[in-house]
Amino acid sequence: MPFENDQSYGALGEMCANTGRRLGANARGTCPVDMTRALVGVAHAQSCGKCTPCRVGLGAMTELLEKIIDGSAKPGAIEALEDLAEQIRVSSDCAVGYQAAEQVLMSVRAFRDDFEYHASTGKCLRATSQGVPCVVSCPAHVDIPGYIALTAAGRYDEAVELIRKDNPFPSACAYICEHPCEKTCRRTMVDDAVNIRGIKRYAVDHAAAPRATEREAATGKRVAVVGAGPSGLTCAYFLSRWGHSVTVFEQREKAGGMLRYGIPNYRLPKTILDDEIASIEAAGVEIRLNEQIDGTDNATLAQLRKCYDAVYLAIGAHGDKKLGIAGEDAQGVVPAVEMLRQIGLGNPADYNGLDVCVIGGGNVAMDAARSAMRMGAKSVTVVYRRRVADMTALAEEIEGTVADGCEIASLMAPLEILTDDSGRVRALKAQPQIIGPVKRGRPAPVKAEREPVEFPCQVVIIAIGQDIQSEAFEAEGVPCTWKRVDVNQGLNVPGMDGVFSGGDCMRGPATVILSIADGKQAARSIDTYLGFHHVVDPDIQIPAPRLDDRVPCGRSVMGERPAEERRRDFDLVEYGLSDQEIRQETLRCLNCDHFGCGILHENGRTAW
Amino acid sequence: MVTVTIDGVELQAREGATILETAREHNIDIPTLCYLKEINEIGACRVCLVEVEGIDHLVAACNNQVADGMVINTDTPRVRRARVSNLQLILSRHDRRCPTCFRNGTCQLQALTDKMCVHEIPYETTLTGEPVDARFPLVREPDKCISCLRCVSTCQKVQGLSVWDLVDSGSRAHVDAAAPLDCTYCGQCITHCPTGALHERDDTEKVFDAIFDPDKIVIAQVAPAVRSAWAEGLDLKGAEPSVGRMVAAIRRLGFDYVFDTDFAADVTIMEEGSELLHRLSAGEPGPLFTSCCPGWVRFIKERHPGLVSHVSSTKSPQQIFGALAKTYYAQILDVDPSRIYVVSYMPCTAKKMEAAYPQMDSTGTGPDVDAVLTVRELTRQIQSRFVNVDLLEEEEFDTPLGIATGAGHIFGVTGGVMEAALRSAYFLVTGENPSPDAFRDVRHAGADRGWREKTFDLAGTELRVAVTSGLKNADALCTAIERGEVSYDFVEVMACPGGCVGGGGQPIYEGYEPAADRAGILHAIDEKSELRFSHENPAVQACYADFLEKPLSEKAETLLHSNHADWAMPYRVDASGSVIA
Repeated sequence: MPFENDQSYGALGEMCANTGRRLGANARGTCPVDMTRALVGVAHAQSCGKCTPCRVGLGAMTELLEKIIDGSAKPGAIEALEDLAEQIRVSSDCAVGYQAAEQVLMSVRAFRDDFEYHASTGKCLRATSQGVPCVVSCPAHVDIPGYIALTAAGRYDEAVELIRKDNPFPSACAYICEHPCEKTCRRTMVDDAVNIRGIKRYAVDHAAAPRATEREAATGKRVAVVGAGPSGLTCAYFLSRWGHSVTVFEQREKAGGMLRYGIPNYRLPKTILDDEIASIEAAGVEIRLNEQIDGTDNATLAQLRKCYDAVYLAIGAHGDKKLGIAGEDAQGVVPAVEMLRQIGLGNPADYNGLDVCVIGGGNVAMDAARSAMRMGAKSVTVVYRRRVADMTALAEEIEGTVADGCEIASLMAPLEILTDDSGRVRALKAQPQIIGPVKRGRPAPVKAEREPVEFPCQVVIIAIGQDIQSEAFEAEGVPCTWKRVDVNQGLNVPGMDGVFSGGDCMRGPATVILSIADGKQAARSIDTYLGFHHVVDPDIQIPAPRLDDRVPCGRSVMGERPAEERRRDFDLVEYGLSDQEIRQETLRCLNCDHFGCGILHENGRTAW
Repeated sequence: MVTVTIDGVELQAREGATILETAREHNIDIPTLCYLKEINEIGACRVCLVEVEGIDHLVAACNNQVADGMVINTDTPRVRRARVSNLQLILSRHDRRCPTCFRNGTCQLQALTDKMCVHEIPYETTLTGEPVDARFPLVREPDKCISCLRCVSTCQKVQGLSVWDLVDSGSRAHVDAAAPLDCTYCGQCITHCPTGALHERDDTEKVFDAIFDPDKIVIAQVAPAVRSAWAEGLDLKGAEPSVGRMVAAIRRLGFDYVFDTDFAADVTIMEEGSELLHRLSAGEPGPLFTSCCPGWVRFIKERHPGLVSHVSSTKSPQQIFGALAKTYYAQILDVDPSRIYVVSYMPCTAKKMEAAYPQMDSTGTGPDVDAVLTVRELTRQIQSRFVNVDLLEEEEFDTPLGIATGAGHIFGVTGGVMEAALRSAYFLVTGENPSPDAFRDVRHAGADRGWREKTFDLAGTELRVAVTSGLKNADALCTAIERGEVSYDFVEVMACPGGCVGGGGQPIYEGYEPAADRAGILHAIDEKSELRFSHENPAVQACYADFLEKPLSEKAETLLHSNHADWAMPYRVDASGSVIA
């Protein structure tokens, strides 16, 4: 019976869709060689059997892979596998065969060491322990199942303190974290990822008690932190909690870094950020505002090294990047970082009645576009050279931008900023593109066979990336690569005893949670460097895991204020989950800290 | 308290208790396999499954808590079917040649299979066929491993090491030695393995060969803790498992002389006690660590090499005995030491490694201790020779190396070395004996950080001591010392929890830790002893008078002390003393 008219095919389609989700949420720690073997097996099952390389070749690849995995393959087996994959790639009659072969080639290229180790020993190269998927995927390794269980039990204060064990920014992350934890949530295998950020938001919104400020006995050690952004303050917080005396030097009027000067109020209200920073100060951290370490007079790294026992450099990435097109210096061209900084300072420009173009496709571009709308712009157009699907901004941010009334002009590569006689912006000229071949894993734009178009506007906001302003430190001998501060494994700056660095200035513009994770790691390194072995152990009893979590159930998502109501003010856009929703959503957590291999991995999760 | 219903009976249960604990507290048994109380509660084997009303899937009883109103059924067709199926799956990956297995009769998998009436395996049996490496005191048979992870947890949570781990992923995941070079050979993984996957290297045949060699003078020495457990694996029909009966049984195996390691323990006190007093009077920084336990010596060298200079140079009682047997006793017998074959009966697997260290050869004629057998091997020897222990009359140890004091007897229990040393140190400082029970405080638990500490007044000299057992505790203690958080003059460490009475060479029980019971036996033997001070042992006095001169004499230093700088971790030797990288 042919399948196309058979109702029962539906089950197979559902199985495949479920498997797609399962693979999408693949936890860190599975063996890449074994996963490759399994994926070839799936491909082989999809083979129609007509052409030789697919019908026979995929099986031959499986056999080779099995021998490589077991360590029983003859010498040269990996090269033989590559050769076979290449023959299948070039000779298969359809994608079922050649795409499978491409996957194998990609895997051998990416995991050559793993393949070789397997071939020679029959064992996995790296620790294949999977841990608790969300905790492993969170750069700061926050005990997510723990705080979900506490939230479910209504113990919001303890939930917040449990988060603060690893991350002193529970509120900021509750509002704006990119939640990499959700990507590997095992619940995805059942239905959909748990709304982890939504649960955190509920916990911080409902926590009532003042946050813990206990400090360990004073150590007499002094640490300087340069930059009061999320990374610097995280490092300062843990070091202060451990009894060190910490001073943070901040060049601007207020602390918070990109949380204040990059993320608009409608996503993270300043009152919440202020409270969060106050809770860090309450733990003993001294923040000196308007003090820039700029390499002049006494404001030098050398001076800090002389006066303090250790230094943490976390200056972020606050510079702007140029497009390199004509007209970029015209009046009306604004770097996004500068625009958002002015908003953060409370001085938003007045765009009333103006047409605004935003160049870029990341989260900063969305922040700039949505802010421009709130600053009164008559129209806002995001001009991006690829497709919407290729944007690096979070999907919900793109949706919000569109809902706020911004236009997205995709497949438009900026050519020139046109000006009027007085040097003011009058339009953005862009070259239409089509999406073309994949380059380095991403479809690249190609010039369309069409004439350039003009977007009439008076303001052009450039949001194509941020620059690190590390020159002053580089001049003092801090090793940098493309302005990024070099560090070794422990975030120590090579050749500079007692100097550590992390966050955006070390890794380039990245997420808040990565900056926080660096701050946490730097705190550990600095504590060890200073000769201590302090431990963070909040001693919070986590409720017993539930047994009734296997019934499939949809994921609750957070609502937003209606676009018409929100698009002209800077007030918070997102609603938290309701009481009813939180009761259900917390019950969706599969407690991977207890079930599965998570129970083997308590070390470092309950205390560090 | 919460109210739960198990198998139709309403019960009061502690809040936070697991289903398994609750059931067992009410005499309802649920089978377990991977479960090890407080150490391995991980729900891996899926044999303890039960049905909980309202929950579709079956629930592991070992690590899920009761809740108020929970209705649990431990014996339903679904439960039985799933348990049997999981047991069959485990058995399909297990080498089932039970008659030739060391754990035949004490295997938890075997017992469970029998109890659950599983006589057929519907799944194809697949074994790895991996070879067994029997060079070292700790032997692993991969095809008997059921991946219960008890060894992983025991090594990690009790001993603070990670010799074993679950390696590789997916279908290839299995337990293996992830850090074999860190191993202390304490044997705790053996005594907590449910099957024969882990056992000591069997050296019984080699000992029988020596016994049956007419040219050899074969001497047995019996460690303190052996007498507390020697008959546990024998099916005595009423005879008391006394020390005298143990001596008789060992003598029946064909030994020429049966001596007591506790004699050497008394010598240890003379040497180590003198070392301690010498250090104190010279004002050297503390602490002095005891050196009796070879697992501990390996551990400190592996994890805290910076503290090795603080470990007493005095050899362990086993090695002191061996050295004196081949010199002092050879002189008494007027024979060449090469004719003497010394066999140790030890509660320990690390002693097998210690005896084989090439440095442990005082006469140049071979190792001072030729073979080391565990209590389990002693049990097998007695059984295999069909010695009817019930018919044996009590016998005495041979003299002079069989004369020992109560102080020597308590070497086998945590705190015992300390207590014995303090009894004699007090005498050496004050010239008079304390009450033999003056230092019994060191026996009692009460540690808040994994060790017990006491300060004693030795005639005006304040002596700060600490005692611990279990290497994770030892690790915490060493770390605290290294960080300057604590400081002591004298520290006793035994690798196995509870000391040698809980040793890795002792008989194995499922779900029960017998160390405390055995400790009680040793303390009772001490209390009943006529002599309770090492320095009053007449055989020890004679040994010094006739041979060693005095503690720390040149001869004593040569024979009874070792240089810890001779080797560093990693360091492994096979039975013949060859160093294997």
